[in-house]
Amino acid sequence: MTRTLVVIGHGMVGHRLVQALRDRDATGQWRIVVFAEENRPAYDRVALSSYVDGWNADGLALAPHDPEVDLRLGDPVRSLDRAGRTVTTASGVVQPYDVLVLATGSYPFVPPVPGRDLPGCHVYRTIEDLDDIRATVAKAHGGGRRAGMVLGGGLLGLEAANALRGMGLSPHVVELGPRLMPLQVDEGGAGLLKRLVEKLDLTVHTGTSASSIERDGDRLFAKLSTGLELDLDVVVFSAGIRPRDDLAREFGLEVGARGGIVVDDTCRTSDENVYAIGECACVGGMVYGLIAPGNAMADVVADRLLGGSAVFPGADTSTKLKLMGVDVASFGDAHAATEGALEVVVNDAVAGTYAKVVVSDDAKTLLGGVLVGDAGAYPLLRPLVGRAIPGDPVTLIAPSSGGVELALPADAQVCSCHAVTKQDITDVIHSGECSDVPSLKACTKAGTGCGSCVPMLKKLLEECGVEQSRALCEHFDHSRADLFEIVRAAGITTFSALIAKHGRGRGCDLCKPAIASILASLDRGHVLDGEQATLQDTNDRFLANIQRNGTYSVVPRIPGGEITAEKLIVIGEVARDYGLYTKITGGQRIDLFGATVDQLPAIWKRLVDAGFESGHAYGKALRTIKSCVGTTWCRFGVQDSVGLAIELELRYRGLRAPHKIKSAVSGCARECAEARSKDFGIIATENGWNLYVGGNGGFTPRHADLLATDVDTETLVRYVDRFLMFYVRTADRLQRTASWIEAMDGGLDHLRSVVVDDSLGICADLEAAMAVHVANYADEWRGVLEDPEKLSRFSSFVNAPGAPDPTISFREERGQRVPVALGIPEVVGR
Amino acid sequence: MTAVVDLTWTAVCAWDALQAEAGVAVLLPDSTQVAVFRTFDDGLHAVANVDPFSGAAVLSRGIVGDRGGVPVVASPIYKQSFDLRTGACLDDPAVSLAVHPVRVLDGVVQVGSP
Repeated sequence: MTRTLVVIGHGMVGHRLVQALRDRDATGQWRIVVFAEENRPAYDRVALSSYVDGWNADGLALAPHDPEVDLRLGDPVRSLDRAGRTVTTASGVVQPYDVLVLATGSYPFVPPVPGRDLPGCHVYRTIEDLDDIRATVAKAHGGGRRAGMVLGGGLLGLEAANALRGMGLSPHVVELGPRLMPLQVDEGGAGLLKRLVEKLDLTVHTGTSASSIERDGDRLFAKLSTGLELDLDVVVFSAGIRPRDDLAREFGLEVGARGGIVVDDTCRTSDENVYAIGECACVGGMVYGLIAPGNAMADVVADRLLGGSAVFPGADTSTKLKLMGVDVASFGDAHAATEGALEVVVNDAVAGTYAKVVVSDDAKTLLGGVLVGDAGAYPLLRPLVGRAIPGDPVTLIAPSSGGVELALPADAQVCSCHAVTKQDITDVIHSGECSDVPSLKACTKAGTGCGSCVPMLKKLLEECGVEQSRALCEHFDHSRADLFEIVRAAGITTFSALIAKHGRGRGCDLCKPAIASILASLDRGHVLDGEQATLQDTNDRFLANIQRNGTYSVVPRIPGGEITAEKLIVIGEVARDYGLYTKITGGQRIDLFGATVDQLPAIWKRLVDAGFESGHAYGKALRTIKSCVGTTWCRFGVQDSVGLAIELELRYRGLRAPHKIKSAVSGCARECAEARSKDFGIIATENGWNLYVGGNGGFTPRHADLLATDVDTETLVRYVDRFLMFYVRTADRLQRTASWIEAMDGGLDHLRSVVVDDSLGICADLEAAMAVHVANYADEWRGVLEDPEKLSRFSSFVNAPGAPDPTISFREERGQRVPVALGIPEVVGR
Repeated sequence: MTAVVDLTWTAVCAWDALQAEAGVAVLLPDSTQVAVFRTFDDGLHAVANVDPFSGAAVLSRGIVGDRGGVPVVASPIYKQSFDLRTGACLDDPAVSLAVHPVRVLDGVVQVGSP
């Protein structure tokens, strides 16, 4: 018989419970009704600070439940009738239950600072909180540097500070305790953490509290216990959480001395039909404000509901996060609280890394540790907690040991967010079910929480002998990036030379254009020189975009979208004279459709004579750099966006890359040029430019992420030079910048370290390569018009030059010529 | 006994004008279009120029290469590959291109038609 489960609360843990139950309840034993206070379904609150990057709540969405689940948003439960087993909601719905689960979460603790209720003071917990903070920041009119204060220097406080930083504020972090992240990090680690985040424009006040907050007009003034006074745009409280146990208290469930609904190790409350999970629950006398213990509780209850015997295994409070590019990790007994525990520390102030392992008194068992600055060892060390250490403990963290080879035991948990063991992972690898990281994620859920174990998943795949093939195609075993280096280092200039030495066979439509692109990126001659012409996809071979009827479209470059009336008239005349269909493109240019191969040179002769050049709309190359009108005309603009867009488009025009590159420049934060949907987008600030990278439209739209803030034009160009050249050299074939960054070990932070901090020491080389490109640029179409041999290939029929292709015909639509649909020969039997 | 079919031969261009690993389009007197390819080993192939998947006369503009040693051209529209020797589509066994006789006579490439 179907029983009814009522869940109160739809945060991450409530969501997890419902998913876990739906995944396992094959026979439909449970009907699920969820009552949620918030008006939106559960979202990834752990990643809340990333919301600031695009103000797009969809980016935080969790997988939706199947339609069987009855999810009632915006209707919180107000009362319980435990004897009659019903709940009553704010809207008056009375819902009977067989089992009730409280997943009401927590609320932010706001210390009793005078002035804490003033407008401009916020908490930091929900999307709505961030929207409110944003509105306050937009309203505040501060002169000079804009600042915010975050009360609380724990994990959440630093996240909040990062969010303020993302809004262009300089954050002050005020922490009552003696150090940052006092729960997770020890004194040595916190010292380094403070030093690293202060480099990123944070001001840290530890051992300090706020005495009062006052409002004066648009400004907030905070007085600190040290006597310091801060002039602020916004104040954010992030000083910890308190369990939402009010419903439980009111209706007689047992609560802990310091709050939290008391549950046993099956997560059952003092009422046998009621469970509590997540941040509202008090298990073993503790309330946990982390996602991993919450997920573990949800899984226990799901199992119990289906007749299982799972018990809460104890909380893994291990944490790994990246704050403003700074790695911080803490696991196991990080503070050496175990009796007789010994600490081994490697503190490298020069490299900016701090690593500590805590071991048992006989130095044989790993108990915990702290990593700051580089948490690369975390995925390896955390699963080893409580296990024997092979050899000297210092080798676990000594940089000179070159990465210790540690064999993980089969039952070691690799993913603590989803409690996936090494065995779980190797089983599905050996069974052949999974052969890459995405399939492992889908199959085991490992790596889909905080993501810190993804490097370990790769390693396990390798250990199991699953080769992660990056071969370009059947003709080359190398990846595109490897081939780029081979061509560059060996000075190879032809495809034939490359395939003879490093490949097999004669090549195909995958490798030929890829190698042609590499040769073009390295400026090895005109793209249609000799053999290179035969490598090109038809678009590059005829320097135009093929259309469905075999004709081509023509796109002259219009840098920044700025064009004179004279040039517009030329385009109009050419279109009229050749009967070309004209359309304005999304990239602020004009596309002329319906040109046959033999018409292309004549069309381009007229365009080139009028001062146009190739727009590379046909190439995997820089396309356009859109712009808004900027300061010249716009009353809101703060920088000359058109000027910069033209400068950049002329700098990078003709740059061949693994895929197309699009860009835009907006003259103010209103972002009319839609720069954040581009591979690299630039948005003007009052102090300079913000540079965003990795955005795209297409199949999977993605907003670009902030790479650098408030840089001047010269610095901006340098960063873009490095970014583009790094992309050109290392991305896979047809990999846009977004997936390139995503696939990179360390992601955006690594990219920033390479491009901004020159962590690989290659920036001078990247800039020099771009300088070569800029110096060698020549218009490809002019190159064709000046070379009779290249021109001769633009012919309809080799035996009847000038004879029109009989399959091509046009009809008229809305006053323009469009192709007549082609008949598909009957031989295609589909 | 072998059936004898009288072929009409249409001159295409000089053999030397063909670029290795590339194709050219040819218009036969009956308006049929043929794509003629010269491979890296100086092999000579002629198949129909009309791509059966799109109906566009574009195969002469496809990339020439090999798949597992089979000489192929890839359609520039939707990228299916065709065996240059037999016209068979390697991505869809139900589809194939007409193959035309082709020869070099006195340095001139000729395509035959019935």
